[in-house]
Amino acid sequence: MRLEKVCKAYNVGLPNETEVLHDIDLEVDSGEFVALIGPSGSGKSTLLNIVGLLDRPTSGRLTIKGQDTAALSDTELTHLRGHTIGFIFQSHLLISAFTAKENVMMPLLVDRGFPSPEIEARAGRLLDQVGLAKFADNLATNMSGGQQQRVAVARALAMNPDLVLADEPTGNLDTKSAEAVFDLMRQVNRDVGTSFLLVTHNLDLARRCDRIIEVVDGCIRT
Amino acid sequence: MNRWIPFEWIAAVRFLREGRLQTLFIIVGIAIGVAVIVFMSAMLAGLEANFIKRVLTSQPQIQLLTPDQVARPLRNGNGVIEDAIVQRPSQRVISIDQWPKIRDQMLAMPEVAAVSPTISGSALAIRGDASRAVTLSGIEPESYFTIVKVPDYIVAGEPRLTSETIIIGTELARDLGAVVGDKLNVQAASGANRVLTVAGLVDLGNKGVNQRAAYVALRTAQSLLGMVGGVTTIDITVHDIYAAEDIAQRIQAANLVKADSWIKTNSQFFTAVRAQETSNTLIRVFVGLSVAFGIAAVLIVSVIQRSKEIGILRAMGTSRGRILRVFLLQGGMLGFIGSLFGAALGAGALMYWHAVQRQADGSELFPLILERRLFVITALLATVTGLLAATAPALRAAKLDPVVAIRG
Repeated sequence: MRLEKVCKAYNVGLPNETEVLHDIDLEVDSGEFVALIGPSGSGKSTLLNIVGLLDRPTSGRLTIKGQDTAALSDTELTHLRGHTIGFIFQSHLLISAFTAKENVMMPLLVDRGFPSPEIEARAGRLLDQVGLAKFADNLATNMSGGQQQRVAVARALAMNPDLVLADEPTGNLDTKSAEAVFDLMRQVNRDVGTSFLLVTHNLDLARRCDRIIEVVDGCIRT
Repeated sequence: MNRWIPFEWIAAVRFLREGRLQTLFIIVGIAIGVAVIVFMSAMLAGLEANFIKRVLTSQPQIQLLTPDQVARPLRNGNGVIEDAIVQRPSQRVISIDQWPKIRDQMLAMPEVAAVSPTISGSALAIRGDASRAVTLSGIEPESYFTIVKVPDYIVAGEPRLTSETIIIGTELARDLGAVVGDKLNVQAASGANRVLTVAGLVDLGNKGVNQRAAYVALRTAQSLLGMVGGVTTIDITVHDIYAAEDIAQRIQAANLVKADSWIKTNSQFFTAVRAQETSNTLIRVFVGLSVAFGIAAVLIVSVIQRSKEIGILRAMGTSRGRILRVFLLQGGMLGFIGSLFGAALGAGALMYWHAVQRQADGSELFPLILERRLFVITALLATVTGLLAATAPALRAAKLDPVVAIRG
């Protein structure tokens, strides 16, 4: 995954035009576990949205697995996003009408269109991996914050993505749960080789990553 | 999860199930709307069918009569009319000109089901000291009975007409003290008379008619009324009863006769039916609209409540089309399920009403007509209404920008 001279501005052409990101160059190699830190409003989330193909850069190039994303249509972006990127959000955002296991199945279900024993089994294994096998049939809303976030990690891994984007995944958790979720991500990174881009305010956690990138006022400071 | 059910259906069902109270309330709302429509439509159909059955078995759908006789004012030169007052001439009972030819033409028309020439005029029925004025109808039983189901209304005796027999109304028989087998002296205005044997008594469901009805064979009536070989009316039934007026007008345009359809002679009933239908349609439209807005409101709220979840579904690679379908399906399902309950409710109410509301004599007010077609159409319409109502919420859901939605 590679960003070259990426800029992002809002309200382009209007008097209140604001540029949030300036000439960002960034590369995440496969298997890397990168922390993204910076004060609030520095543009971390915007950067994450652009890397996550949820938002398009105003200028500059974003290449994922050697493919330039600028030329892709909305549908193609959605497809690429589904297959190569996993998301973990601060407020876990499980879908409340489904059980833990079904939430983990969701990316696969959305991709295939139909449920199958195969994807159910995969969801079961992932839940086992995050230590929540016995909560598989709990509704997402009947779990603690830490548990929900671990389900979210399992869900992010369902499609076996190359890169997982985590936006302050431990921000709403107590220290112990935060530790458990971080360890889980680190472990997946080591075992499976999935790259992680982790936005965090917790410098302690950031120091335990392979690399720290600091964003200040829309620029990268290394 | 069932492996044959696609993601959209699973998600739609789960979302509806999760919003229990919302879903329940809107389904009750739809059910009430559908019940009103089913109830009204079925009752109206019943009343109409009841009347039409009565009309169509006791009177011809088109009657051909001799044209009105008019007085022609004398004219004297260009635009100058000599007579200041033109009196309407008295209408002599005369035969339809060349009626066998007209009858054959009618029989040749594909729209026509049956044709029967009749002759009618007034006469006196005398038995002992009692005499009553009657409307003497001379008929050809084979063809006439296919138009007016006299045999169905026979209460005593047999519907058999020979040159010696007569069938009379029940009230007339009571007035004359006559029973089946008795002889009556039938006398026409011209003085001609005939002694006939009562073959049957008929109850046509109307006291006035029963007091005057007297059926005899065509030839008997022709000789009594002094019109040998003539007929005064030609009765017709057609296949499509609602086309009767059109057909009547065509016949009148092509022949020297006056053609009255049952639609014209029962115009009051038709005005009433039309008014009923219009108000029925209006009620349907407005009930449908309010149901549609109800569904749309519930779904809009649901989309807003779930915008974060929709955002995350989009982030994990769900296409806009899928999201659109999830919400369209919810609308369709609400409409369909609501219509099932509504149809049951409407049918139940109708059966109750049918059992409770009786005419003065205890017979049913209207026949209970519950056609499968009505339910199928209602369910289909409700489903389509649900889908249409869901369009705006579904589009809104599909257009959600995942970035904005997730940030909340």
